Amino acid sequence: MTRRALAVAVIAALAFVMGWALFVALPHWYRRAPPAAATANPSPSPVDAAQAAAARKITATLYYVSDDGMALVGTQKEVPYAAAVADQARAILEAQLAPALPLVSAIPAGTKLKQVFVTERGDAFVDFSADITAGHPGGSLEETLTVYTVVDVLAVNLPAITHVQILVDGKEVDTLAGHVDLRQPLAKSLDWVVHDTH
Amino acid sequence: MHLRFVHAAAAAVISVVAVVSAAQTPAPAAPYTVVARSGRQPLAVRTINGQEMFALDDLARLFNLNVRDDALAGGITVSANNQTIVMTAQQPLASIGGRMISLPAAPVREGRSWLVPVDFVARALAPISQQRVELRKPSRLLLVGDVRLPRIAARAEPLGAVTRVTVDVAPQTPHTVTQEGSRLLLRFDADALDLADVRLTPNDVLQGIHPGDAPSILAFDLGPRFASFRVSDQPQLTPNAGRVVVDLSAQTEAAPNAPPGAAPPVAQPPAGEPPPLLDLPSQAGLRSIVIDPGHGGDDAGARGTAGTLEKNVTLAIARKLKAALESRLGVRVLLSRDSDQNVNVDQRAAVANNNKADLFLSIHANASVRAGASGVEVFSMSADGNGAPPARSTPESLPVLGGGSRDIDVIPWETAQTRFLDQSGSLARTLEAALRERVPMSRHALIQAPLRVLVGANMPAALVEAGFLTNPAQEKQLAGEEYQNAVVQALVDGIVRFRASAPGGAR
Repeated sequence: MTRRALAVAVIAALAFVMGWALFVALPHWYRRAPPAAATANPSPSPVDAAQAAAARKITATLYYVSDDGMALVGTQKEVPYAAAVADQARAILEAQLAPALPLVSAIPAGTKLKQVFVTERGDAFVDFSADITAGHPGGSLEETLTVYTVVDVLAVNLPAITHVQILVDGKEVDTLAGHVDLRQPLAKSLDWVVHDTH
Repeated sequence: MHLRFVHAAAAAVISVVAVVSAAQTPAPAAPYTVVARSGRQPLAVRTINGQEMFALDDLARLFNLNVRDDALAGGITVSANNQTIVMTAQQPLASIGGRMISLPAAPVREGRSWLVPVDFVARALAPISQQRVELRKPSRLLLVGDVRLPRIAARAEPLGAVTRVTVDVAPQTPHTVTQEGSRLLLRFDADALDLADVRLTPNDVLQGIHPGDAPSILAFDLGPRFASFRVSDQPQLTPNAGRVVVDLSAQTEAAPNAPPGAAPPVAQPPAGEPPPLLDLPSQAGLRSIVIDPGHGGDDAGARGTAGTLEKNVTLAIARKLKAALESRLGVRVLLSRDSDQNVNVDQRAAVANNNKADLFLSIHANASVRAGASGVEVFSMSADGNGAPPARSTPESLPVLGGGSRDIDVIPWETAQTRFLDQSGSLARTLEAALRERVPMSRHALIQAPLRVLVGANMPAALVEAGFLTNPAQEKQLAGEEYQNAVVQALVDGIVRFRASAPGGAR
């Protein structure tokens, strides 16, 4: 009986340590690491170079659903500048999530960004609140647009990010609504983007 | 006196006419076989003036009839079970208890006996008989009483390395298949078989199909290249019929398609090819198709503004498509779900993989945040969307039943579809073109995306979004028969074309 209790305790302790390592330590380390890279290559956007220090803003391309619902349209917006890639990614995603009427985002309204971290390989992991699945209307097309809004808004604006994986409430998910495979980081795809001079 | 003379004269004339006409067409036709619980016996048939006829005396013996020749009226009275059938020589009619029925010809007197058209049995005798009397003209059978005699139609067609024998059985009858030497025996739980039709071109896998040694057995004569067989049942072809599909595989010559030098085998079996351990889906035509009705159970999928649920639309379309494909292509079609139930996304492709389907088609209905979005879209797996390394099949040497070992391509589930990207793309294009002819398409109707349900499909696969539920007009269409039928028709057309464009054996 005591041996069993001991085993349970050991497993619980291990689970705690692994959880800590995954969700606290790793993101912490990764957030530390990028500044070096960011200083070596300080401007994700060429516009940024001159203005960065003064205005603390960069211009990023955000993506919204086209009027006919069939594609994404890129729109230039100013977003706060951040030195670290993960912080810049967070700033861009926050801007993407903010309501922008009359533009309509493919990311369901009310979705909150919980966590972003970027690996040295250039894989970004973006953790959203469960609203991104609960509020999703479904359909292969809409789900594809949602996923590539997130993937492209990071991979297009931040060259340091090549692949993006969406997490929901801190966990890997199969899909948002049953269609697009989210079990691996996805590369950017401009197939979904139509150009607009907005 | 005078009256009697007239009758006698008339009878004489009639008999002369009868004899003359009998003399004109004396062809003895092949006899019918009477099948009853007690056994079988032949029943002679005469052809008179192009009409096949039974001797009334034979029928009387069989059915315990009481025949009275009414010379006065120039007719006959047949009675059984307190019912009476009255016929006259000149008229193609019979009266059963006062009710008139028509016969294809009038009864014919021949000497002291009478002949009646074979249809007399079905039209006059069967209604008054207390036991079942069934006349099967095409197979020249007369069934009496409670005999189980399913009608069998068999056809064999070569599908690449496989010869498929489709046996239609009406009514559906339990059966077993066993191999005995160079014959495959399809044994039915029946008294006998009514082998209505056999169509085949003999080849070196299957040389013939004929009745077996026992009356309830259908025997296949196997050819020298026969290797193995696989039987699958398709009940409910119609409510009253079943279908047994027997696939006969041919022995493959030693790796005919393997380019020299590519993945050299680790250990070759000493002589001859062992029976296949794993049937890789052959490209030789379509034998089976798995249709995946999207979502289901707790997962309702997309929802229309009027409340139409994607899971119901997909199931309705999938069921129609299954029925249409089975009847038009004669292929085996399975659904990944046939009710409103939860099905894990991996299970959907697993149904296709485990049943060695040649095609996987997932049916969905679309959604958009823009109410105006409309039209059908066809998706196939994108080539490198997820940045995963390209699938590489790793040959592993595995032991085979009966000794020896064999190289088996072990394909990670995750990357199964990557081997079929080209074919899946071609399938999607073919389906898109066929759909375009019948239903409005979306502006971007042909899409490649990393779709979860297609990833693990080890065969050409596509996903059809049949329209936008978030568009009120299209929601109404999607919930209705007319639009669903149009989509189904288009998909059947597309699959027929895809099958035609992928000729047997090309890999």
